[in-house]
Amino acid sequence: MMKLGKKDILGIRDMTPDEIRLILDTAESFLEISTRDIKKVPTLRGKSVINLFYEASTRTRTSFEIAGKRLSADTINISASSSSVVKGETLIDTARNLEAMNPDIIVLRHSAAGAPHLLASLVRQSIINAGDGANEHPSQALLDMMTIREKKGRIDGLKVAIIGDILHSRVARSNIHGLTKMGARVAVAGPATMMPRDIERLGVEAHLKIDDAIVDADVVMMLRIQLERQKQNIFPSLREYAQRFCLNRRNLQLARPDAIVMHPGPMNRGVEISPDIADDPGCSVILDQVNNGVAVRMALFYLLSGGNDE
Amino acid sequence: MKLILKNARVIDPSCRLDARMDLVIEEGKISGGKSGLKPKPGVETMDLAGLIVMPGLIDMHTHLREPGFEYKETIATGSAAAVAGGFTSIACMPNTKPVNDNRSITEFIRRKAAEANLANVYPIGAVSLGSEGRQMTEFWDLKEAGVVALSDDGNPVMDAALMRRAMEYAHSLDLPVIQHCEDKNLSAGGLMNEGYYATLLGLPGIPAIAEEVMAGRDILLAEYTRTRIHIAHVSTAGTVRLIREAKKRGIAVTAETAPHYFTLTDESLQGYGTNYKVSPPLRNEADRAAIREGLADGTLDAIACDHAPHGRTDKEVEFEYAANGISGLETSLGLSMALVREGVLTLSGLAAALSWNPARILKIPKGTLAPGADADITVIDPDLPWTVDVRSFASRGKNSPFSGYALKGRAVLTIVGGDIKYDGRAKRS
Repeated sequence: MMKLGKKDILGIRDMTPDEIRLILDTAESFLEISTRDIKKVPTLRGKSVINLFYEASTRTRTSFEIAGKRLSADTINISASSSSVVKGETLIDTARNLEAMNPDIIVLRHSAAGAPHLLASLVRQSIINAGDGANEHPSQALLDMMTIREKKGRIDGLKVAIIGDILHSRVARSNIHGLTKMGARVAVAGPATMMPRDIERLGVEAHLKIDDAIVDADVVMMLRIQLERQKQNIFPSLREYAQRFCLNRRNLQLARPDAIVMHPGPMNRGVEISPDIADDPGCSVILDQVNNGVAVRMALFYLLSGGNDE
Repeated sequence: MKLILKNARVIDPSCRLDARMDLVIEEGKISGGKSGLKPKPGVETMDLAGLIVMPGLIDMHTHLREPGFEYKETIATGSAAAVAGGFTSIACMPNTKPVNDNRSITEFIRRKAAEANLANVYPIGAVSLGSEGRQMTEFWDLKEAGVVALSDDGNPVMDAALMRRAMEYAHSLDLPVIQHCEDKNLSAGGLMNEGYYATLLGLPGIPAIAEEVMAGRDILLAEYTRTRIHIAHVSTAGTVRLIREAKKRGIAVTAETAPHYFTLTDESLQGYGTNYKVSPPLRNEADRAAIREGLADGTLDAIACDHAPHGRTDKEVEFEYAANGISGLETSLGLSMALVREGVLTLSGLAAALSWNPARILKIPKGTLAPGADADITVIDPDLPWTVDVRSFASRGKNSPFSGYALKGRAVLTIVGGDIKYDGRAKRS
């Protein structure tokens, strides 16, 4: 098996298509472990993983934790509310203290874009970016690409529509980088206030109406609306947003008949996605995403730990 | 005490002078320029062949941090950085703690500067109490105490009515008002220039219009009130255009830019390096080109480095939490010399931007080598190659994105009032 020539997973932006393929292939090989009665292999026995979360997260943190445990790594969770973070210690000092305890991998979630890059430049451990501000969320994009490949057999040549608050979304950024690298056509749509400037230069089509992006899409990816954006006048009301940008039976008709629907969670049902679409096993792959998320994170731990122990 | 500077190329835009000559300094004043003077016993004579002599450089936009933030810089260390960078005079912004909004702070700054006895330090007073944008400070009193201009700098005057009143009142006292143009509503939450790189990096953007909206407003206010306005650290093509058009229409607007705006762009932020975080933010390539054009055609009058020293704790943090600013006094001249080599400015133009124009804008009796003037002189080796090493900075602020840069040209002698305050001739080996 090929080895991943990287110390850290900071973003999809600096990954090659071969690296993405290696991670997805490795993740697929780990899928089966999660279906066993005894969901544990000794691969990373004696390794330790610290989940350092400066932002609240249930799904991502749990997914990383389960991924580590299934590989027999020791996983330790540190969250902002229960650590020295509240005492005003800097990220750099926290990192150096953790480094001194010799973990193997640090998974970092932080509200400031670039925080994992800062950490990676300071400590010898591998850093996995579990979401930094509006920059990237690489493991999410990897699990999304894994799910697309699983359902469609390929990524190359597909049309993927990403709908919602592109400006503030790290999920959108990581997926845009990954999907375009893997040969997909990406169309984004959202209100003008949620469209980042010069987004086209990332190699995507930008639309201001959901219908225009969805037409002929093989994959429709809905983004979570952050309710607090309303206060910043990014959008006037949830009511109006839901009327214009919610994925529903009508606009989903515009996509290909076999289109799949994705959402990184947590969903605002009835705001960005109508409940009957979210729960429709004919098109919704939302829970497959979650399942694949564990496998992708196992693959990242495995590859960063050397990747050829088995 | 008499000093003769021999054989240098003397450049003085105030007298339209560019000639090889000897300069005589007596009792701290320029006593005349001649050629072929013979060394005499008891008179110190320096042969400056191959070097350039300019009127002492003036940086009209610095932050000396004292009182309040002495861990970042003090008036003494900032003055030492000034003379090491070739600056004989600096004007310091009022955003200290407490803010320089009253006579006692102004007097404190002047006393500390006199004790340091290096560069001339000209305090800039706040427009509003605490720079909070509500109540005007006592302009008369501040002027009498020694301020040369008024500005709320980083807390720009958002209230147009207050700005109008401040401009009118200040104009009656012949005090320039300097505005850091930034509409705080448009820039709210922003961390870097809005555009492709902000989109790429997922950092919230500060649009160019945040600067331009306020620059446009203040130009209109200057026109209407028949007063004048100085626009600080111009960073965008749009602001350059607004100023160019305003000057054409005869509005009394002057402007400065900083070396980082004609040297760097927002592309540099790709590694989230906090030393590139500055306010206004580094803009795009078109803006950088426009700044250079603005310097070339005189739209931008002055180069001021916005010297913003910070401690390690201010910069060694996540990009979002890092302080804005660059410790610039010791790289400003070296970066500006590149403009001469690249044909943007002549040496005379450079001397105007770094000395004569700031003196005129601030109405201080500096920036000239005319007989009788204070002997504030900067001697520059235009070809001296050197590498920026922040550890050798006299400034406490080691925060420079230019660390490791190979520059050409630097000050080798900084003379203030006839006294040598910095001698870097040893570096010419």
